[in-house]
Amino acid sequence: MPILEISNLSVDFRTVGGQFRAVDGVSMAVEPGEIVSIVGESGSGKSVSMLALMGLLPWTATITADRMMFDGRDLLTISPRERRRIIGNDLAMIFQEPMSSLNPCYTVGWQIGEVLKVHLGLNKRARRDRTVELLELVGIPSAAERLDTFPHQMSGGMNQRVMIAMAIACNPKLLIADEPTTALDVTIQAQILDLLAKLQRETGMALVLITHDMGVVAETANRVSVQYAGQKVEEQPVSELFADPHHPYTAALLSALPERATTRRLPSIAGVVPGQYDRPAGCLFSPRCSFVTERCVDKAPVTQGEAAGYALCHYPLSHGKPVGHPGPAAILDRRLSA
Amino acid sequence: MFGFILRRLGLLIPTFIGVSLVAFFFIRLLPGDPVLLLAGERGISPERYAELMHRFGFDLPLWKQFIYYFGDLMHGDFGTSISTKKPIFTEFFTLFPATLELSICAVIFAVVLGVPAGVIAAVKRNSWFDHTAMATALVGYSMPIFWWALLLIIVFSGTLGWTPVSGRISLMFFFPKVTGFMLIDSLLSGKAGAFQSAASHLILPTIVLGTIPLAVIARQTRSAMLEVLGEDYIRTARAKGLSPFRVVAVHALRNALIPVITTIGLQIGVLMAGAILTETIFSWPGVGKWMVDSIFRRDYPAVQGGLVLIALIVMGVNLVVDMLYGLVNPKIRHQR
Repeated sequence: MPILEISNLSVDFRTVGGQFRAVDGVSMAVEPGEIVSIVGESGSGKSVSMLALMGLLPWTATITADRMMFDGRDLLTISPRERRRIIGNDLAMIFQEPMSSLNPCYTVGWQIGEVLKVHLGLNKRARRDRTVELLELVGIPSAAERLDTFPHQMSGGMNQRVMIAMAIACNPKLLIADEPTTALDVTIQAQILDLLAKLQRETGMALVLITHDMGVVAETANRVSVQYAGQKVEEQPVSELFADPHHPYTAALLSALPERATTRRLPSIAGVVPGQYDRPAGCLFSPRCSFVTERCVDKAPVTQGEAAGYALCHYPLSHGKPVGHPGPAAILDRRLSA
Repeated sequence: MFGFILRRLGLLIPTFIGVSLVAFFFIRLLPGDPVLLLAGERGISPERYAELMHRFGFDLPLWKQFIYYFGDLMHGDFGTSISTKKPIFTEFFTLFPATLELSICAVIFAVVLGVPAGVIAAVKRNSWFDHTAMATALVGYSMPIFWWALLLIIVFSGTLGWTPVSGRISLMFFFPKVTGFMLIDSLLSGKAGAFQSAASHLILPTIVLGTIPLAVIARQTRSAMLEVLGEDYIRTARAKGLSPFRVVAVHALRNALIPVITTIGLQIGVLMAGAILTETIFSWPGVGKWMVDSIFRRDYPAVQGGLVLIALIVMGVNLVVDMLYGLVNPKIRHQR
């Protein structure tokens, strides 16, 4: 049984210009002990869907879903009090900016200890012992002396380790890491990813890794879910995804990786993710797709089967060839007309 | 920490010189002089006038008078009052406890009401409470305090008869002065009803003097809270599964208080200015009322000395507030 099961999750934000749909019918399932990666560029709704799960979205957000189950509990109908008993405990999350994610007024030891006090009711001495243990676990040297340091006295990488220690304090069943390495130096990025992978192996928790870095995906994840403009456009096990991407967006993302580039000039995906006011009627990727036809522009695609990587596309790719495509003549030259 | 205090004390020197200059020249800009006012309606002969002016040293050129005055200041001599013939320093500190007692009550009043009001307004932003509280704060801040005082006296002392009109304690109580704080002395006296009388005399002046700081603190707390509530660490706190109360009271408030404490420090100066009006209206025997009386008597030494002493106290309080700031904000503490 999956530890996390989301089906048809949508999140709308009330804005000055009307409703904005940040997450659009996303479904996903995470098995215990699995590492699932959610990839997509900025604004594709990766973080928002996970924040919805945690109940951390602002009041302007409306969440709708057919199903949102975590560990046998329905997160859609749960009371805020019950949800608070789960988050930070069985379901934990770490964020992008370690420097601003820790409270500047309290020592790191105190901030980790707070979780232990609230969820496990440990006494002062037990909290201290467990905090030292956790800091050692996340690879902070001379952990006992670090208890009384403030976040501003440590580096970003160290702070992210503290955030991780805080998140795993109650042995969560699922850890959500929201771009945990984006704000860090490249060398530190690798260390933090290794640490997350190691902790995942040792504790057997499930891990959802939100990132826009395909390299990170390849190194750590078991399964990948690709999101675009709030929709899930493809989902595959990691090796299959890299070998044979089924959605043109995934294919374009992968070919933009420097290490996979075949031409002198690095390929890029022209255009930007559609915003609130320029959402296409048909496929959301159609303005940027190199296989776009009249049908793509007019009609929204449906999700394909497992063999086609659940691709949200009229002509899912198979080894680089669009299946069922009417041929090059039908491709609209949108870049010239636009 | 010690070095920090020394540096801050060093910064006080130019301020001190500035204040003594201003105090010296501004009172002399007012028409009239102390000798004329001493003489009163009966008038004075030109010879006697010249003699008195010479005795007080007012016949010297201004720059010479300033040098004598500043020299005395440097020796800790704040001068002698022309009207009472008592040393300014003694006179000031006999009256100062009354002002201090009132100021402390006003600050407590402002903080105890202002901080929670600001926090609630921020947490429930755009609610009726937020709008009401912030509109009230704006009114409180904009209102002339002498008018506000008269209004309160009319309603609560006049019409309702709940509070006394003026003074520090009812005339029927008499007991020795121990601390100079009426609330404490009345308790020490052991006389029945004395404390209640002192407390009831404090209510209206406290509200009047505390209104502007209350408004400023409430608005500052609200905006600081709003900023802090949008910070990443607040999201982290909520992601830990903490209760909304704990998120606000433990994680947000401490950070929001940092700018609020600075504001409170700055309000001490405002409080001193407010004390002058408040004390005059309520016949509160503090340094504010004494300053006003001295200005009317053109008691140059008293006004100069009083201003310098008040300035020194405000500077001292601000120094203490800055040190408090370090206690709340660990970033400042470690940079020293």
